[in-house]
Amino acid sequence: MNETDQGSVKPGRPEAIKAVPVRHPGRWAGVAVIAVLAAMLGHAIATNPAINWTVIGDTLTNPTIIHGIWVTLELTALSMLMGVVGGVLLAIMRLSANPVLSATAWVYIWIFRGTPVLVQLVFWNSIGALWPKLSIGIPFGPEFWSENSNTLIPVFTAALLGLGLNEAAYMAEIVRAGIQSVDEGQTEAAHALGMSRAATMRRIVLPQAMRVIIPPTGNETISMLKTTSLVQVIALVELFTAGHDIYARTFQTIPVLIAVSMYYLLMTSILTVGQYYIERHYARGANRTLPPTPIERLARLFRGKPVPPAKSDVVTGAEGGGHV
Amino acid sequence: MSDLIKPQDTAHPMVRSEAVHKSYGLVEVLKGIDLEVKQGEVFCLVGPSGSGKSTFLRCINHLEKVNGGRLYVDGELVGYREKGDRLYELKDREVALKRRDIGMVFQRFNLFPHMTALENVVEAPVQVKKESKSDARERGMQLLERVGLAEKAKSYPAQLSGGQQQRVAIARALAMKPKLMLFDEPTSALDPELVGEVLDVMRGLAEEGMTMIVVTHEMGFAREVGDALVFMDGGVVVESGHPREVLTNPQHERTRAFLSKVL
Repeated sequence: MNETDQGSVKPGRPEAIKAVPVRHPGRWAGVAVIAVLAAMLGHAIATNPAINWTVIGDTLTNPTIIHGIWVTLELTALSMLMGVVGGVLLAIMRLSANPVLSATAWVYIWIFRGTPVLVQLVFWNSIGALWPKLSIGIPFGPEFWSENSNTLIPVFTAALLGLGLNEAAYMAEIVRAGIQSVDEGQTEAAHALGMSRAATMRRIVLPQAMRVIIPPTGNETISMLKTTSLVQVIALVELFTAGHDIYARTFQTIPVLIAVSMYYLLMTSILTVGQYYIERHYARGANRTLPPTPIERLARLFRGKPVPPAKSDVVTGAEGGGHV
Repeated sequence: MSDLIKPQDTAHPMVRSEAVHKSYGLVEVLKGIDLEVKQGEVFCLVGPSGSGKSTFLRCINHLEKVNGGRLYVDGELVGYREKGDRLYELKDREVALKRRDIGMVFQRFNLFPHMTALENVVEAPVQVKKESKSDARERGMQLLERVGLAEKAKSYPAQLSGGQQQRVAIARALAMKPKLMLFDEPTSALDPELVGEVLDVMRGLAEEGMTMIVVTHEMGFAREVGDALVFMDGGVVVESGHPREVLTNPQHERTRAFLSKVL
């Protein structure tokens, strides 16, 4: 560097830096501590006679448990469906310029979010005590059709109503946050093109709101999967109740709970993977390049290529970067 | 829809503004704007920020509601229907119908980020005018070609430079075959290097006879392409005339002070 001629091209590139990386002795100490603790826990579990591995194995294959899994999955899927559809409707109502719609949505959310889901489950199951008959007809006038409440709302339906209507109240707030996160310029641009309010919501705002809506919805779904265990109070046999019924007879509480928990963990793990792919889908256009899938990640790792961080937050704003 | 678009009917102006007032609560942003934009004219609105020029532009396609006075586009009252001596607010659907004929280009582009460039251009013709997808795509490609971005049809806005995004936004507005184009500081968010490519597209449009209202700080563009220029300050029109005259020989002190800073 003894010449000051700025314009001259330097021959070749400078050698790549080979420096000694910073050492992290603390990390190794941490690994050691955790390894010892894990070994102690493993030993305590393996040698505990109360944990009967045969019972765990039997429970995992028990037909009642398997049936319970299906009920849990059905309840989760259907009540989340009710929750998402209801939530979108309620959110749009709440943000509507129509005061009747927005007040109705507000009252709904106030009631269904403000009372325990357990109470709502029991309520829907005992609605026959309040109105023994439900009918369709002219208000305060003649009835065309009526049915016994308990026949009309069997236990499974009561469970769905309890979980789904409650979930809709929570989803409404999540969707509302998503809609409000979309820049107002988007709505203006759509309106300026002559798009109706409905088309603007459906084609422009909601697809962008999805990016904000999906992560908490994944949370809600995983939460719902476990909340379904509350339907035990109205004697609907899903995964947890199936397990409960078994240990109530055999007193093998811990092994049965371990088996049941294994299934819950398995199901939530699958949901987590699903959520990852849905998020990736809606990241379209927001990230310049989509983050790699877990499989792509593994492949890169084996090929010894650097793996980029999971959430590459290159959400580019409107300012014009020169990227082409 | 309306096949009544009279080509170059110079009998009535494209936009006529009579004592237009606009206020947000107690803040009066427009204090009586009187002006006329003739068909086929490039009309430049200049002035300091906060002078109300963008607000006025947004009143023209009813993104903002006029509080007083009358604003006509192509002979029709904006936002209201006049019957006898009463005004009736238009329904959302009627407002949307009128907006089809008015294209708008925003300072911050406002492209739909979840759609490719071509999808952005095709969206309104398909959704609003119910054009067939293949027709709309074909015309969309022509428009992208016209703004020089045919090869970027499949790119998402985030993959485009600011200048490219704004050119896509212009193509998107043109896809609705508007009779009037509004430009709200179309080059203000761009790197200086990228301003030229957007102005070139606008210049091309002007040469084809498109009626354009342009809020801008690009005095060079105003002087070269503009047919009329209005200088606004504090919600009123301070001075108006031919761009070359106003820009080279401003009559008002306020105009002179402003121009001395931007030129």
